[in-house]
Amino acid sequence: MSQTTEKVRKTLARRYRAEKRFKAFGVGAIGIGLMALVLLFTDIIGKGHSAFVEYEIQLPVTFDAEVMDVSDPRDEEQLNYGNYQGVIRDALADRFPGVESRLDTRALNQLVSTGAGYALRDMLREDPSLLGETRTLWLLADDDVDLFLKANEKQREDSRLNEKQQAWVAELEASGETRMVFNQSLFSYGDSREPEQAGILGAILGSLFTMIVTLVLSFPIGVAAAVYLEEFAPKNRFTDFIEVNINNLAAVPSIIFGLLGLAVIIGLFGLPRSVPLVGGIVLTLMTLPTIIISSRAAIKAVPPSIRQAAMGLGASKMQVVLHHVLPLALPGMLTGAIIGMAQALGETAPLLMIGMVAFIVDLPAGPLDAATVLPVQIYLWADSPEQSFESLASAAIMVLLAFLITMNTLAVILRKRLERRW
Amino acid sequence: MQTGNLLLLLVVMVAGAYYLGLRRSFALARPLGGIRHLHSLPFYFAMRSAMWCALPALVVLGLWLAFDDSIIRQQVLASLPAELQPTDASSYNLTLSKIQNVASGALPVNFVEPPIAAAAEHLQSLRQTSAMALTVVVIVLCMFGGAWAWLKVSPQLRARQQVERVLQTLFMLCATVAILTTVGIVMSVLFESIRFFGKVPVTDFLFGLQWSPQTALRADQVASGGAFGAVPLFMGTMLISAIALLVAVPVGLMSAIYLAEYASKRVRTVAKPALEVLAGVPTVVYGFFAALTVAPFIRGMGESVGLDVASESALAAGLVMGIMIIPFVSSLADDVITAVPQAMRDGSLGLGATKSETIKKVIFPAALPGIMGGILLAASRAIGETMIVVMAAGLAANLTANPLEAVTTITVQIVTLLTGDQEFDSAKTLAAFALGLMLFITTLVMNIFALHIVKKYREQYD
Repeated sequence: MSQTTEKVRKTLARRYRAEKRFKAFGVGAIGIGLMALVLLFTDIIGKGHSAFVEYEIQLPVTFDAEVMDVSDPRDEEQLNYGNYQGVIRDALADRFPGVESRLDTRALNQLVSTGAGYALRDMLREDPSLLGETRTLWLLADDDVDLFLKANEKQREDSRLNEKQQAWVAELEASGETRMVFNQSLFSYGDSREPEQAGILGAILGSLFTMIVTLVLSFPIGVAAAVYLEEFAPKNRFTDFIEVNINNLAAVPSIIFGLLGLAVIIGLFGLPRSVPLVGGIVLTLMTLPTIIISSRAAIKAVPPSIRQAAMGLGASKMQVVLHHVLPLALPGMLTGAIIGMAQALGETAPLLMIGMVAFIVDLPAGPLDAATVLPVQIYLWADSPEQSFESLASAAIMVLLAFLITMNTLAVILRKRLERRW
Repeated sequence: MQTGNLLLLLVVMVAGAYYLGLRRSFALARPLGGIRHLHSLPFYFAMRSAMWCALPALVVLGLWLAFDDSIIRQQVLASLPAELQPTDASSYNLTLSKIQNVASGALPVNFVEPPIAAAAEHLQSLRQTSAMALTVVVIVLCMFGGAWAWLKVSPQLRARQQVERVLQTLFMLCATVAILTTVGIVMSVLFESIRFFGKVPVTDFLFGLQWSPQTALRADQVASGGAFGAVPLFMGTMLISAIALLVAVPVGLMSAIYLAEYASKRVRTVAKPALEVLAGVPTVVYGFFAALTVAPFIRGMGESVGLDVASESALAAGLVMGIMIIPFVSSLADDVITAVPQAMRDGSLGLGATKSETIKKVIFPAALPGIMGGILLAASRAIGETMIVVMAAGLAANLTANPLEAVTTITVQIVTLLTGDQEFDSAKTLAAFALGLMLFITTLVMNIFALHIVKKYREQYD
């Protein structure tokens, strides 16, 4: 055996070990990435799933005209100023007799959400004959009660309810006077200071209007720009300059677009703050590079023979593009647009800059109403100190992710379905 | 008339112009013996009419809407008596909002001085006049444009060429939006930054070690100037980005190598998209994860071994940011590794090197420039990332290299300076734009450099 062979054979085991180690590092790296993904999703689902349900408390409520100060339920003004809290307070006092001191009474009254009064008002408006009647009703529980009921034994020890309140709630729970229902308010209200009354509908509508503005602006402009650059642009400095700009814009941090919106769109053109219109314009500028780049790829994928055939039949350049190239490139452009929209839907930072971070209770009715968007709503709730908002934020994240997954799946399906191989 | 209604009317008129143009071209063609005697198809005559009807009106409408507000404001303020004339920017805004509130009815008339009330009335009437004038001008332009185009329709008219030229110009204008955006970004951050550097010297900003932008309300208060030394922010940004890269580069690179060189096709088709999901998760979700899960976890870990960890430690933000940029590093590295020619692999393997030796000694050096470019892109991403640090990093501008302490970053400060109560024109608000300028320049240079490396490398093997 030669010396070299001897040397190789000696080191072979070590080299194979190194090989195995290296491969293991690779598997480990992918493992870390996937584990992070799984951790992220389980954490959010674990925190957020409880926000989709809420607890109600059963109480026999008497619609006492005197307590409510409502003599005629058909009178809208009386209805609006009625003292519904008083009725609920009386119902609670009847349910738990023997609560005397003012401190305890106040603690007792905190069990039911302040939003329950509005529910009573709406019932009375629906059915004026309820006045003076007694009904057994399910009333929305306060968020602290809700948290207490959702918690396990150990977590209940650090509940924000005091001992007496805990005893009352435990008594209600034991006698079946509490129930868990689907959290409807989550999908039917805007933001609120009270977690049990806060919902994401306002944010979803805000996101919707913003996305509509973004789509209406960015898709036509992006496609037109891509068509120009691919089909018409002469090879000169100006065209090169446009391309350099598009590539650089694709990598500019999103917050810079927010500064642009604040200084130019709000400052210079005087558009109002906090409205989806401005948000949509800012997101348009941000997503344009993505849409232009993917549209150009789609146009490039149309074979030149199609263009030549059309030209051979006497079509003008513009007719070739509008009648033949664009329809064939449309599926690719659409997938690009959907991916761009998904990016825009998850974007937060530039919208903070243009004031879409205000606390807005009312549901926006159009792109010129002050609104917030889903990611910003998540940011606001995550920042808020009350614990219930944390699970609300997680629930909002789940809704946002559901939208994003739908959009991306749609893009994949579109690509698979409509993609043509030439 | 309201702008929305006006636009609707415009659409109707344009449709009418289209229809009339179509009718006229057919009418002209009939005595000649069919549309083949026209220069262009009737569609182009119709489109030409529609364009003549729409474009002048739309241009005027756009310009009007963009500038009428500021012109009216000037007019109203100029009409105020001399003693009420605003002297500086803040009183300008105050007076203006007072007038607007009175005009919109939010402020009762008897709450303000009579000249203000008069100005509010003036504002109202000017607005009404402006809206009326706009309606008239737009409708007249529409009608004249449409009529002009209608009259010009003749068999010899080169309608198709004209329509196509207009369309091509429109396409070009759309492409220049990219340039306009860049110009807008540069202008907006540059102008405000120049104003900021008029109040705070550039050297203080770039080299100062103290950052406390809370300017006092009264000029005679202690430390009324605030301190605008941005070094702690630069350091904080670098610290968090460095942690992120320490996580993302090894993990991303090794996953890319494994996926490109070892993994079977089945593993690849599952693992690659799964990793890319990480890039599609919105940053606010990462911020939530960092602030409410990772940060308390790290704090708890630190406490259990007796370390004092800040609840908004740089480590938590950096770790999560690292997870976020794993897919950037891995997909860019994957691209360059697969671009290395197969002949190089075969040569190395043929000489008896193991697979890992081939990767370490041959493929990696060959792919290094491209990988460096990818890392640079990832780094610029990390520097510009906002939501994770806004939610998980602190506000206190500590000058420290300890990852367990709270630091603040450029992006966090931009958000805090601009989302609180803003004083217009104060150094505090302007500072955000100066920080934005720094951020823009840094990321731009890094991107250009990175793209240059990647491009040069690609040419090498193409």
